[in-house]
Amino acid sequence: MNKTFIITSKEGIHARPATALVNVAQQFQSEVTVGSNGRNVSLKSILGVLSLGVGPGEYVSFQATGEDAPAVMSAIEAVFEQEGLGTVHE
Amino acid sequence: MNNISGIAAAAGIAIAKAFVIKELELTVELRAVPDPEAEVARFHQALAVSRDELNVLKERTLQELGEEKAKIFEAHLHIMNDPELIGPIEAQIRSGHCNAEFAMQETSNMFIKMFEDMKSTYLQERAADMRDVTKRVLNHLLYAKSTDLSSIHKDVILVAEDLTPSDTAQLNKDYVKGFTTNIGGRTSHSAIMARSMEIPAVVGTKHIVDQVQDGDLLILDGLTGSVYVNPDQETVALYRDKQAAYEAQKLEWQRLLHEPSVTADGHVVELAANIGSLSDVEAVLSNGGEAVGLFRTEFLYMGRDNMPSENEQYHVYKTILEKMEEKPVVVRTLDIGGDKELPYLQLPKEMNPFLGLRAIRLCLDRQDIFRTQLRALLRASVSGKLRIMFPMIATLDEFRQAKDILLEEKDALVREGIPVAEDIELGIMVEIPSTAVLANLFAKEVDFFSIGTNDLIQYTLAVDRMNEGVSYLYQPYNPSILRLIKMVIDAAHAEGKWVGMCGEMAGDAIAIPLLLGLGLNEFSMSASSILPAKSQLTKLSFQSAQQLAEEALNCATAQEVAALVQANNEKLTVS
Repeated sequence: MNKTFIITSKEGIHARPATALVNVAQQFQSEVTVGSNGRNVSLKSILGVLSLGVGPGEYVSFQATGEDAPAVMSAIEAVFEQEGLGTVHE
Repeated sequence: MNNISGIAAAAGIAIAKAFVIKELELTVELRAVPDPEAEVARFHQALAVSRDELNVLKERTLQELGEEKAKIFEAHLHIMNDPELIGPIEAQIRSGHCNAEFAMQETSNMFIKMFEDMKSTYLQERAADMRDVTKRVLNHLLYAKSTDLSSIHKDVILVAEDLTPSDTAQLNKDYVKGFTTNIGGRTSHSAIMARSMEIPAVVGTKHIVDQVQDGDLLILDGLTGSVYVNPDQETVALYRDKQAAYEAQKLEWQRLLHEPSVTADGHVVELAANIGSLSDVEAVLSNGGEAVGLFRTEFLYMGRDNMPSENEQYHVYKTILEKMEEKPVVVRTLDIGGDKELPYLQLPKEMNPFLGLRAIRLCLDRQDIFRTQLRALLRASVSGKLRIMFPMIATLDEFRQAKDILLEEKDALVREGIPVAEDIELGIMVEIPSTAVLANLFAKEVDFFSIGTNDLIQYTLAVDRMNEGVSYLYQPYNPSILRLIKMVIDAAHAEGKWVGMCGEMAGDAIAIPLLLGLGLNEFSMSASSILPAKSQLTKLSFQSAQQLAEEALNCATAQEVAALVQANNEKLTVS
């Protein structure tokens, strides 16, 4: 299951939202990866997520594999909303 | 007396003796270890102790500073648990039979370098988090003990190469009156923490540690970013006064935060903020903004290579309206062209971009772009109190066309069964003299005006304010501008409509009494100007301001107007 977001926060994915995203990955069974600018990393690794260096106006795609993948996606979407990080890209 | 300057990171003035933090040199040397598995175990032992420390710090920060700041240590905990960090360190210990601190330093340095090379300054500063985590673990591996900041028991100003978030969280506010560092910027964690703890701070001085000795007297001015080392008596006295004035002002601003914006003689106005993105909303609320007077939607379109979709815009508008909780939000439709270009629109180069195809002109020409934005706004309208405003309106025809398009999209949404608010106010920016002159006719058709002084001045005095040769003509107090503003306000009030202003002039201390006297209803400015403006407004007399404005309209030059306001400053305030 895939979902792409566009970052609207002017700080990009910085430490606080990255922490919230890693928390999501650790709560679910699914394997979750996140990719941007042609690189993919595990969402369980905060250094991996920060190393993507995603800035405003850039896209990030999440991929979840597992039974609870839909729940993972809605949790990720909730983090985006709470943190004012960005919005779903259609 | 030595004056060192840096970046003003947290406001306030501190005067105290220096406490210089000498960094323990953590020298890491490569050693061969006979039993790699035992070394891996020693590494995990150090990680476990470090995590315990962090959990304590996190709890303490949560209690004292709130969840937001505690998240910093949660991020540090995640880093310490990160397989991308631990994996390579274990692998290096095992394959290279090397000591844990060496492996840790190698891997950490790779991440530090990676953060430092990032294009966003915000992410560059994450290198500091990585250093903080590394130092903590290395301290345990090397059995070193860092300076215990919680043991300070007299008034000091800390001087350090850098303060880690952990250092900052341990500071005792009763004794630590301020701090100054060699490195760091306004968005470093230590700067953010300093602001929330309200400890004045100057960061990024580059070399203050080398220029200050323990016990030197320091004046730290977190408002301007200056640090004075061993100042003379006179300077100390001057800064004691400044300190007292700042503290008094801070108390007053705090008191004003939830007070209404009403003049001393009971005239109510609205103090609003200009914003450019979702992340600006927090500052509007924390500075007591009563509305968003201008949301510049250009930001949504800039710095990317395609148009934002309807849904993407909808989410941003909806979130802003929700965060403002029923406080009005004036959204200006796309104001692009002129000095603001969008490469993906491939607009032709123009000889006179400020007089060319921009803002509403572009939107009426490229209706696909305009309709997408209007649909997103209309869909979001049920989430709060939305007001829509068209920029650069020069003729009534333009306004009518834009309004018709809006109504078409509204009807289409209603037919699709999508709810749209019924009470959306519709207004225009007044920034072209033709519109100001015909304001009485516009006032019959719009719900409100918002005067955009930056462009109004530029178009009225025919001045390009970026051109230094003519910038002297950029005159906000020119009586011609005041008369245009008066025409707009009088015309609106005659039709029972309100008038706002979202140019820089609305937050200007000399302009405020004049605008108040002319009858301006809403003042929209940068969030940080709101409390100073409120402090000024609540002391003014509306009646005296009206008399002053009347006199100013008959001044001949901008200088006369400014002199008139300054000469009447005392008469204007009611004590």
